[in-house]
Amino acid sequence: MQFNNLFSILPAAVLALFGCVLLLLRFDSSRPYLIFLAFAELLAAIGLWRQTDFLGFTGFRGAILIDPFGIAFNAICLVAGLICAVGAYRYMEREDEDHPEFYGLILLAQSGMYLMNSGTELITVFIGLEITAVSFYSLTGFLRSNPRSSEAALKYLLLGAFSSGLLLYGFSILYGLSGSTHYLNIASMLATRNSRDPLILMAILPIVLGLLFKIAAAPLHMWAPDAYEGAPTPVTAYLATASKAAGFALLLRLILGPLHDLRPAWEGLITFAAIASLTVGNLAAITQSSTKRLLAYSSIGHVGYILLGLVAGNKTGIEAMLLYLLVYTLMTTGAFLLLSALDREGVTDFRGLLYRHPGVALLMILLLLSLAGLPPTAGFVAKYMIFLSLVQARQYWVAVIAALYVAVSLYYYFRIIREMLHNPDDSPATLTISTGWRAAVGLTAILSLGLGLNPEPVLAWARSALR
Amino acid sequence: MADNLTLILFLPMLGGLILTLLPSSKPVLVKFWANLVLGCNALWTLTLLGRFDATHDLQFIQRLPWIPSLGAEFFLGVDGYSMLLFAMTSAVGFLASLASWNAIDTRLKEFYVSLLILQSCVAGVFLAVDALLFFVFFEASLIPMFFLIAIWGGEQRRMAAMKFIVYTVAGSMLLLVGLLLLYFEHWRQTGFFSFSLPALWATKPEGDLGLWIFWLMFAGLAVKVPMAPFHTWLPDAHTEAPTVGSVYLASIMLKMGTYGFLRLVLPGVPETVKQANVLWWMSVLALIAIVYGALVCLKQKDWKRLIAYSSVSHMGFCMLGMFSLNPAGISGSMLQQVNHGISTGLLFILVGLMYERRHTREISEYGGLFGPMPAFSFVFLIAAVSSMGLPPLNGFVGELRILTGAFEMSVPWALWAGLGVVLTVAYLLWCYQRVTLGETSAKNLGLADLSGREWAVVLPFLIAAIGIGVYPQPAFDMLERPVKQIMEKVRPNYYAQSN
Repeated sequence: MQFNNLFSILPAAVLALFGCVLLLLRFDSSRPYLIFLAFAELLAAIGLWRQTDFLGFTGFRGAILIDPFGIAFNAICLVAGLICAVGAYRYMEREDEDHPEFYGLILLAQSGMYLMNSGTELITVFIGLEITAVSFYSLTGFLRSNPRSSEAALKYLLLGAFSSGLLLYGFSILYGLSGSTHYLNIASMLATRNSRDPLILMAILPIVLGLLFKIAAAPLHMWAPDAYEGAPTPVTAYLATASKAAGFALLLRLILGPLHDLRPAWEGLITFAAIASLTVGNLAAITQSSTKRLLAYSSIGHVGYILLGLVAGNKTGIEAMLLYLLVYTLMTTGAFLLLSALDREGVTDFRGLLYRHPGVALLMILLLLSLAGLPPTAGFVAKYMIFLSLVQARQYWVAVIAALYVAVSLYYYFRIIREMLHNPDDSPATLTISTGWRAAVGLTAILSLGLGLNPEPVLAWARSALR
Repeated sequence: MADNLTLILFLPMLGGLILTLLPSSKPVLVKFWANLVLGCNALWTLTLLGRFDATHDLQFIQRLPWIPSLGAEFFLGVDGYSMLLFAMTSAVGFLASLASWNAIDTRLKEFYVSLLILQSCVAGVFLAVDALLFFVFFEASLIPMFFLIAIWGGEQRRMAAMKFIVYTVAGSMLLLVGLLLLYFEHWRQTGFFSFSLPALWATKPEGDLGLWIFWLMFAGLAVKVPMAPFHTWLPDAHTEAPTVGSVYLASIMLKMGTYGFLRLVLPGVPETVKQANVLWWMSVLALIAIVYGALVCLKQKDWKRLIAYSSVSHMGFCMLGMFSLNPAGISGSMLQQVNHGISTGLLFILVGLMYERRHTREISEYGGLFGPMPAFSFVFLIAAVSSMGLPPLNGFVGELRILTGAFEMSVPWALWAGLGVVLTVAYLLWCYQRVTLGETSAKNLGLADLSGREWAVVLPFLIAAIGIGVYPQPAFDMLERPVKQIMEKVRPNYYAQSN
C-alpha cells in the first residue's frame, strides 16, 4: 500500500523535489540548471515509462490512477516542458533573467500537471491545478524589469483566481450532490440523476466554465492574448501547450467519467465554446501586428478544433483530441521558441528572414504549414482526425464550418511567410541561437513534417492511450 | 525498374534535393542540372506512354502500406486518362522550364528547387489511386506554387499568391470533408476503411448523403477548375506568376480539378450526378464560364490576362462535356484537357518569350510583329488556332467531341456552347491581329526572332498539337476504357440502349 502510494506519484515527486532544489541552487552560469532540469525530466520519464507495466494501480485510496490516458498526457506535458526549457536558455540569458527559479518553476508546474493528468479525485486535481497555476503566475511575471510582463502576470493571476473559485464552487456542489470527491463514487451517485436537474446544471456549468478558462477557450479566452504576450516567450510556449493539455486531461476525465451520462447538460456549452473559439481565435488573429499575439489567438482557434473532438463525442473524437494535443504541442512550442530567438516580435520583423537566415525561415515555414494544417504535415493529420470524428457523428455543418476556418487561419499564417519573402529591411531583427534551441526547434519542425508523412505511430499511440 | 512509378514520381524531388547541394554561384550548372532532371523525367514518362497497353485498366501498379489504420495506401497506377495527363504534365513541365532559361535571374537555385518539388507534387496527383494520397499531393502542390508566384512573380505577386492559396485551400478543405463522408459511407457499407479509388467507387451513397458529398466535393474542385463564380483567383495568379508558373497553373493544375471530378465525383456519387437539378446547375455554370470567360477576354488589354481568362472559357467546355454524361462528351472532355494543356501552355510560353524581350504585357505595346519576328508570329498563329478549335489542330477534335456530347444531351446547351466557340475565335483572332499585324512600331523593329533554344521549346508543342489534330485515334483508344468505366457507374444501361 505504501509502495503503491509512492509509486503512483513518483514522477510528480521527482519533479517537485528537483524543482525545490533548483530554487536553492546558485551557480555562475545557468548551464548547470538546465542539466539539472534535464536530469529531473529524464527521471520523470523513466518513472512514467515504468508505470506502463502497472496499469490500473491506484494510489492514495483511488485519488491517483495509473492508466494509459494519464501517461499519455503526462508525456505530452513532459515533452513540452523539456523543449521549452532547453529552448529558453539563450532567451533568458539575453533578458538577463537566467535564474535557477525559472527552471525550478517549470518543474514545479509540471508536477502540478501530473496531478491534473492522473488525479481521479476532486481535491487532488484542484491542488494540482493550483500548483500549476501559481507556478505559471510567477513564470509569466518572470521578466521583472519589464512592466508588460508584470501586467500580464497580474491579469492572469486575478482572472485565474476567479476561475479557480468558479471551479471549486462547482466541485463543492458536485460533492454536495454525491457525498464523495472520488470520481468513481460520484459517477455511481449521479447515475440516477436527470441531466435537466437544476442542481446538476449548477454543478456542471461552473466546472466547465472554470476549465474552459484554463484551456483558454472562448468566451473565457480574454486573459490569454495579454498573458501570452507579456510572458517571456518560452513561458508562453509552455503555457500555451502543457497547461492546456493538462486542462484538457482534467476536463476529459471529468466529462467522460462521472459526468458522461449527463451529456445533454454540457453538450451545448462545449459546442458553443468550440465554435466560438474557432471564430474568435481565427478572426482576431487576422489583424494582429505582433506575431506573439497572432500565435496566441491562433492557439485559441486550435482549442476550438480540439474541443470539436468532444463535440463529436465518439471514440475517434477523443483519439483525435489526444493526437491533436500532441501535434499542437510540438508545433506551438516550436513556433513560440522560434519567435523567442528574434529580438522583436512584430509580424513585419520576419521581413527578409528567408534570405538572411534560410534555415531558420524554413523551420518556421514548416511549423506554420503544420499549424495551418496543410498536408503533408502533422497538423493536417490532426485536423483530418477531427473532421473524421465529426463526419462519424454526422455533424456535417460543424465539419464544414471547421473546414472553412482552416482557410481563414491559412491567411494569417501565410502573412508571416509572406513577410519572410520581402527583401530585408535596413535594420533587421537579430537572432540569438543556442545549440539547445537548435535541437528543440529542429526536433519540433522535423516531427511536424515526419509525423505528417507517416502518422501511423502517433495514431497507434493515441489509440493505445484510450484502451 | 523501368516502369516503376514511384521512382518516376520522386525523381524530380530527388533532383531538387541534389540541387540544394550545388553551388549557387554557378548559375549555368544549376539551370543545366534542373533542366536535365526534368528532361529525363519527361523522356522517361514518354517511354511509359509507349509501353502503355490500352486494353487494360490500371497499369504499372505500385501498392505499399502507408497508414494502415486509416486504410490509406501508397497506391500508384495509371489508366488511359491519367497516363495522358501524366505524360502531358512531365512534357509541358520540362518545356516550360526550358523556356524560362533566361527568365529568372534572382535566387536561381531556390527557383529550380521549388520547380522540381512542384513537378513531383503535380505528377503525384495524377498517379495516385488512393484518395488520401491524391489529396495530399493536391494540397502539397500549392506550397511550391505559392513560393513561385510570391517570390518570382510580377508587381502584385504577393497579393496574387495569397489569394491563390487561401481560395484554393478553402475549397480543398471542403473537398476533404466530402471525401471523408464518402470514405465513412464506404466503411458503413463494407466494414473496412479504405481510401483506394476502386473501393470508393463501389460505394453507392444515396439521397441526402449523396448530395452532401457532391456539393462538398464540388466546392473544392470547382475552385480548382475553376468554374464560373469561383474563378476570381485565377486571373491574378496566372497573370502575376512567372511564365513557368503560369504554364504549370494553366496546363497542369487546372486539370487537377477536372481530374478530381472524373475520378471522385462522377464515379463516387453516380446517383446524385444523374439528378436533373444537379445536371442543370453544372451545365449552366459551365456555359456561364464558357460565354462569360470569352466575353471578358474580348476586352482585355493585358496579353497574359487574356490567355488566363481564356482558360476559364476552355475549362467550361471540359465541364460541359463531362456533365453531358455520354461517352462522346466525357472522352471529349478528357482529350480537351490534354489539348488545353498543350495550347494554353504554348500561348503562355510565347507571351513569356515576348515579355523577356520587351518587359511589357500590354497588347497595345506590340503590333506588326510579323515583320521582325515571322517565325514567332507563325508559331503564335498555330497556337491560337489550336486554342480556337479549328481543324486540323488538336482543339478541333476535343471541342467537336464535346459538342457532339452536348447535342446528345440538349440542343440549346450545345448552341450556347457554339456561341462560346465563335467568341473564342473572335478574341483570339483579334488578339493575334493586334499583336502581329499592322504597322511595326519603332520599339518592336529590332526584336530578335526565335532562337535555337526557343525553337526546341515550341517544336514539341507544335508536333503534339498537329499530331493529335490529324491522328487522334491512339488517344481515343487510351480513353475508351476509362470512359466506359465511368459510364458504367453513371448510366449502366447506356450502351445497351444505344445498340
